[in-house]
Amino acid sequence: MNDKNTVKRRDFLRDGLRSLSTLVLGGIVGLAAKKFRSRATVWQIDPDVCTQCERCSTHCVLALSAVKCVHAFDVCGFCKLCGGYHRPNSKIQDTAAEHQLCPTGAIKRTYVENPYYEYTIVEEKCIGCGRCVKGCGSFGNGSLYLQVRHDRCLNCNECAIASVCPSDAFRQVPADQPYLLRGKQRQT
Amino acid sequence: MRESLFIKIFLICLTCLFVAGVMSDSFAQDRFPRPEFDSEYQKPHTHAPGPQAKFFEIFDIFLLATLLGLTSYFVLKKRSRRAVFWISIFSLGYFGFYREGCVCAVGSLQNVSAALFLPSYVLPIGVIAFFILPLAFALFFGRTFCASVCPLGCMQDVVMLKPVKVPHWLSEVLGVLPYLYLGFAVLFATTGSAFIICRYDPFVSIFRLSNDFGTILYSAGFVGLSVFVARPYCRFLCPYGVLLGWMSSLSKKHASITPDYCTQCRLCEGSCDFGSIHKPSNGRIPERKAKSVKRLATLFILAPVMIIVSGWAVSNLDVLLSRMHPTVRTAEQVKLEDAGLVNQTTLESRTFRRMGTETSALYSEAQAIQKKFHTGGWFLGGFLGLFFATKLIRLSVLRPRIDYEINQTSCFSCARCFMSCPNEHIRLETLKGASLEPVERVS
Repeated sequence: MNDKNTVKRRDFLRDGLRSLSTLVLGGIVGLAAKKFRSRATVWQIDPDVCTQCERCSTHCVLALSAVKCVHAFDVCGFCKLCGGYHRPNSKIQDTAAEHQLCPTGAIKRTYVENPYYEYTIVEEKCIGCGRCVKGCGSFGNGSLYLQVRHDRCLNCNECAIASVCPSDAFRQVPADQPYLLRGKQRQT
Repeated sequence: MRESLFIKIFLICLTCLFVAGVMSDSFAQDRFPRPEFDSEYQKPHTHAPGPQAKFFEIFDIFLLATLLGLTSYFVLKKRSRRAVFWISIFSLGYFGFYREGCVCAVGSLQNVSAALFLPSYVLPIGVIAFFILPLAFALFFGRTFCASVCPLGCMQDVVMLKPVKVPHWLSEVLGVLPYLYLGFAVLFATTGSAFIICRYDPFVSIFRLSNDFGTILYSAGFVGLSVFVARPYCRFLCPYGVLLGWMSSLSKKHASITPDYCTQCRLCEGSCDFGSIHKPSNGRIPERKAKSVKRLATLFILAPVMIIVSGWAVSNLDVLLSRMHPTVRTAEQVKLEDAGLVNQTTLESRTFRRMGTETSALYSEAQAIQKKFHTGGWFLGGFLGLFFATKLIRLSVLRPRIDYEINQTSCFSCARCFMSCPNEHIRLETLKGASLEPVERVS
């Protein structure tokens, strides 16, 4: 008889605790519901905060970083002497490798008309170091900037680059507006 | 007259200012004018490939719920290990290698705790579903998530070839680690310092087949260990398993070794590689009741003391623990540099100086974070104290058991033990030809 009672008490306790746990789980959902954003989020770099420390090229979990340089053609001056393409103090403004700033030669320079040149990023070659971004920012319109490319990004829960970003330029943005683009060409 | 002249001048000035403002706004970035082309040249568009997260978010939730339901059905109703195995292969392939491991339920507990404590943190619906669904299922059907849905668990399960028996005392001692891990993970997530569960995830670099050498070595080590120790991460580290264990211990329906009743034949004794089978307490000598009551009373009095002491102890580690936060590390470095105690600057300190923020602002921010760690330390210490007190109480209470029972807290519902039960063979009629006299039920 005593045995039976014990079992009953245990079952009663379990039922009570189970209801309590259900309430707690519901409460967590409710509390978190305030923070709900029904859309998924993705990582992105705020180009205004980025300092081009070059860690994007080395700290991504991918062997070749998901961060690439992006060119806002709307902002570009199409200059012959490009701060993002040429090394500083390079006297000759040609396409020779020794005059290029990009360590992998990922910027393609094409003649448009005198005196304008178009600069295109060859994404397969870009490692996301941001040297060109720095060059364009200090001598240019700032039309080059780093962005997380979402065809490559694995969207880790804790972004390995974000955790070492010295200027805290990484943030999670809604997945339907995944870029913080410059210029008029803002698009999804 | 004079007055109207002043007003006019004032208005002209205002207009000039307005125009200047507008002009400087629109040309703020342009050091060089944007060209107007004479030729037919068209500016190319900036290519911006969209993320796949949007589609997968809903699909993943749907798949998670389906797999949890299927596993629960196959474990509890069909009692089929084979089905559980194939579901786990599918989960490993999909959630592990195809979706490459993010976001997982184990990591989502950090997102949820961060969302509860950090005002600016947003929580996508996919993350909260990954956090809640396995717990809700565990509350009703046991840890079926661990059995065949969690890619980390499945990874260890499929490489488990020659598991050795971990001695009971050792597994009890190592069983403390998940609680520590959980506590620290929540502390670091709620203070916005780091997501340590993701950072030290042992299998994600295998799923992605890419990472730095150290991490790959760590992952390979874990896989190697999993061959000889059954599910080492699940049993001795997984922080989410703690929550699942709590839910599972209260579960409404839980898998049982036998389909109907236990005959105490001892055949299932060695069937669990995870040490999740309680043996009957028949042979043990009961101690004097007065003695056990006295010990229990002492432990109950000791419990609040343990909670307070460990809360105080951990809260005093605030300075040390807060170094996990990048801002605190930068503040300490800047302080050292300003005091002239270090010669070398770091990238963080240089960046901080470049940004031109006041040093005092950085210090006060770091101090606020340390304060958070102090408060959080009380909670973490209290939680750990409570855990140890509960552990002692549980160890000191001898619960009489007649049958072989599953330890619902730690059982992964993997369905391996079912076939060791002779009653299961009778149920499935696999013993054709043998005389099938059902064994008498004991007691």
